[in-house]
Amino acid sequence: MADRSAAERNDTHGTPDASLLAPADNRLWRTAGRIASPIAIIALWQIASLSGLLSPRILAAPTEIAITAGRLIASGELVTGLVVSFLRVSAGFSIAVVIGIALALTSGLSRLGEAIIDPPIQMLKAMPFLGLLPLFILWFGIGEAPKIGLVAFGAIFPIYLTLHGGIRSIDKKLIETSQVLELGTIGIIRHIVIPGALPSLLVGIRYGLSVAWLSLVVGEQINASSGIGYIITYARDFLQTDVIVVCLLVYAIMGLLTDGLVRGIEAYALRWRPQVIA
Amino acid sequence: MNALVDIRRLRRSFGGPAVLDGIDLKIAQGEFVALLGRSGSGKSTLLRVLAGLDTAPAQKLEIPARRSVVFQEPRLLPWKSVIENVALGARKPDARALAGAALADVSLSHRRDAWPLTLSGGEAQRASLARALVRSPDLLLLDEPFAALDALTRLRMHDLVFDLWRKHHPAILLVTHDVWEAVALADRILVLDQGRFSHEIRVDIEHPRRRGDPQASLIETGLLRELGVELSHV
Ligand SMILES: Nc1ncnc2c1ncn2[C@@H]1O[C@H](COP(=O)(O)OP(=O)(O)O)[C@@H](O)[C@H]1O
Ligand SMILES: [Mg+2]
Repeated sequence: MADRSAAERNDTHGTPDASLLAPADNRLWRTAGRIASPIAIIALWQIASLSGLLSPRILAAPTEIAITAGRLIASGELVTGLVVSFLRVSAGFSIAVVIGIALALTSGLSRLGEAIIDPPIQMLKAMPFLGLLPLFILWFGIGEAPKIGLVAFGAIFPIYLTLHGGIRSIDKKLIETSQVLELGTIGIIRHIVIPGALPSLLVGIRYGLSVAWLSLVVGEQINASSGIGYIITYARDFLQTDVIVVCLLVYAIMGLLTDGLVRGIEAYALRWRPQVIA
Repeated sequence: MNALVDIRRLRRSFGGPAVLDGIDLKIAQGEFVALLGRSGSGKSTLLRVLAGLDTAPAQKLEIPARRSVVFQEPRLLPWKSVIENVALGARKPDARALAGAALADVSLSHRRDAWPLTLSGGEAQRASLARALVRSPDLLLLDEPFAALDALTRLRMHDLVFDLWRKHHPAILLVTHDVWEAVALADRILVLDQGRFSHEIRVDIEHPRRRGDPQASLIETGLLRELGVELSHV
């Protein structure tokens, strides 16, 4: 027994896919290896800053950034800005989810709907949507509307495209089975189409979220009087690179957190899928 | 007695020569009919018309409203547990209770809360049978339901289907390419060839039918010859 497992371990060391099958201690080493390089880079950065090689006007030192982060959190500035930015993303993304799902259902479930909806979306998709910002400002002014609009516009595409693809690739045999079971159109949508396309939709939502945060970063650079973007604009005018980096980190953390939330939903909603790695 | 299924001069073609070329078929209430034929002879096409999944012109087409189908693949919804899948077949207020009873019928109660993708092939097909039976069909259509199972499981499924038929007594149309399966189970065997029934045999042998039984062997070899001859003119 012991001999066999030892032999297996030796085997897994030899195979290229060892990362999935590797025993725990090996995985620990790999993790350590992955952390080592970023730590080294931060150390070099710190040394460069301390030695005067890297001016704070170009980029503040890591320690400086950490101290600034503490100060911004303590003063409440960061939290207030974060709440405003988060509400913008929530509003824009909610609009994108509702419109994206409605469009995808219409075009996924009817040939006519597809003929009407799909071609224009495929064309708009090709456009660099961040370039629409000047138009959005002309249309919606400089308040919340253009920022929320940009978030919504950008996030609609991944949601629509993945859900539409998911509906189209649903197993026709299951649709046929539901006809035999006389589930009716509503029943087919409820029991087959929606759960069947859910894996694709969740991929689209995760991708859409990353687009939403990106759109917000761009949208907030212009004429923001509140939010993280406003803090960045203000810091830029006073050459505070430390504040800018803190704000960028906040964006990144928010992106990771919302992605983690969707992953959690995914893990629950798709628990029927067989576990490849137990 | 009135026939449950009464079809006359049914035709179906997909552009080319007719796959079903004027078929007449009667099935009595509670009758177990097996349908044999080489691959591509139109067995599934006929079954799909009976299931209401396909429309085809016929002089007469009487099919009971209460029908169920089991396909070669179990076709369970992977995102619903086994019992939810079966309950979907019932669609009544007490669907879950009925589904529980149907699962007990196919000896699958212990897997009621399992996800379909974790079932073995035999278990999945039993769940599919339960989902078909929970509708208490007058006509049960089986399209090569055991073809993908291993030989041992297949023999067990034969016994199960036979027991279920005895208990609930629906009429059954079993499409198969396994000659012994047909001989072991059916009251009547039809062979489909070139769009027509080329052969019809009544099997009047007591159940349970054993494989070495001389009468059964005679029928089996006759059918094999029939199918073999057909194969040679393809
Ligand atoms: N939807 C379809 N479109 C075109 N041809 C079809 C279709 N369904 C069946 N056929 C053709 O009809 C013939 C009979 O098919 P089928 O009934 O599936 O045979 P079997 O079930 O006996 O193997 C085959 O030649 C097949 O190619
Ligand atoms: Mg077939």
